[in-house]
Amino acid sequence: MKHQYLKNVSTLKLKSDQCTGCGRCMEVCPHNVFLMEEKKSVIVDKDRCMECGACVKNCPFDALEVKQGVGCAYAIIMGWLTGTEPSCDCSDNSSGSCC
Amino acid sequence: MQISSRELKIIQTSTQLTFSDIFGSWKARWGINRMNFKVEPGLYSVGNPGSSSPVLVTANYKMSFDSLRKELNELDAWILVLDTKGINVWCAAGKGTFGTKELINRIAIVQLEKVVSHKTIIIPQLGAPGISAHEVSKFSGFKVLYGPVKAKDVKEFIKAGMKASAEMRTVRFSIYDRLVLTPVDLVGTFRFSLMIFGILFLLNLLGFGPFGFVDFYAYMGAVLAGCVLTPVLLPWIPGRAFAWKGWLVGLIWAAFVNVFNGWTAVPLYSVLRALGYLLVLPSVSAYYAMNFTGSSTFTSFSGVLKEMRIAVPAIVISIFLGIVLILVNSFIKL
Ligand code: SF4
Ligand code: SF4
Repeated sequence: MKHQYLKNVSTLKLKSDQCTGCGRCMEVCPHNVFLMEEKKSVIVDKDRCMECGACVKNCPFDALEVKQGVGCAYAIIMGWLTGTEPSCDCSDNSSGSCC
Repeated sequence: MQISSRELKIIQTSTQLTFSDIFGSWKARWGINRMNFKVEPGLYSVGNPGSSSPVLVTANYKMSFDSLRKELNELDAWILVLDTKGINVWCAAGKGTFGTKELINRIAIVQLEKVVSHKTIIIPQLGAPGISAHEVSKFSGFKVLYGPVKAKDVKEFIKAGMKASAEMRTVRFSIYDRLVLTPVDLVGTFRFSLMIFGILFLLNLLGFGPFGFVDFYAYMGAVLAGCVLTPVLLPWIPGRAFAWKGWLVGLIWAAFVNVFNGWTAVPLYSVLRALGYLLVLPSVSAYYAMNFTGSSTFTSFSGVLKEMRIAVPAIVISIFLGIVLILVNSFIKL
């Protein structure tokens, strides 16, 4: 069974003119978001993107953009309560649920 | 010019997990001593590696390290353990502790270029969000190869000449993957649940009660629905938002509790109380199901934020109204 999450929310962007078709993004994306077409990378299914940022970090030509973040409700609540950027920080107490 | 030659420090390890390794993982899964489950960062050897043996990189969370080395039997390899403060590869990559800088430093500290003659290192694909492969090669000279997502495919990856199939590159999130993640969530809820029971007990003492056995198991059932049942049944529950999925399962549970207590047949079990349960229980499940987004492997930050903007106010209002109804119901009966 395939998992599906909310549609049309990912902040992923690809600047096609900067892409050289090196294929790094395809290699690192854990959710098969990219496909190579005519020596350029294309986004085939943006809704599969989980905003992990792997493609952005590994694109040598800065052709990709995404707002990297953790998809973790607990982290976001903690962020709201403490007024900080949400991060996977629940690990230092026992009540965290992520990771 | 000062040429210092530091000693090469290599720690030997094996592919066999001992009983205490396995017991340790089990404890960590239940949230016991989870944050001290670490190994020393550095360079490890498995089997009898030489200068042409592959170098595999991992985190110093003991469970990450163990799950890698136990897949390496009959192989001769190096394991480079980064200092991620005892956090697994995936989370540490998101935080940046499993990152470009730590990798470059660690390569220098263990003097990797003196240990192997080749210039490639294998990084688990889940570490990619923290690592910038082209920067690593620029500063260390080592070329980054991204290995498979799962440690169990590492052997095949090496045998296939360092090539990962599309299958190996995709993150799955199987029913088993989800099940092993539920205990930590469950343990996490205990403290909070105890607080709630404390408050209910006080209300009982003050005579506002009666919160009884039904409330107790109704609540516990709702927690289980959100923390265990929803994650396990995840792809089969209709809808996309986690809170919504949890709410649906919780609703079924609430209906069950009401029918079981003779909703229509027993006049004492009033409509107000039944409605109260219908408002409270599904919301409790929804809240816990929503928290499972953090354990899942496919939710995005933007998505969770969008879901929470609707779910959090709805949950708060619904629980509040529900509790008011149940309290009002108790007053009427007094
Ligand atoms: S990594 Fe960047 S340059 Fe390479 S194919 Fe992907 S988008 Fe294009
Ligand atoms: S952010 Fe992550 S999931 Fe999204 S496209 Fe890039 S690598 Fe794939």
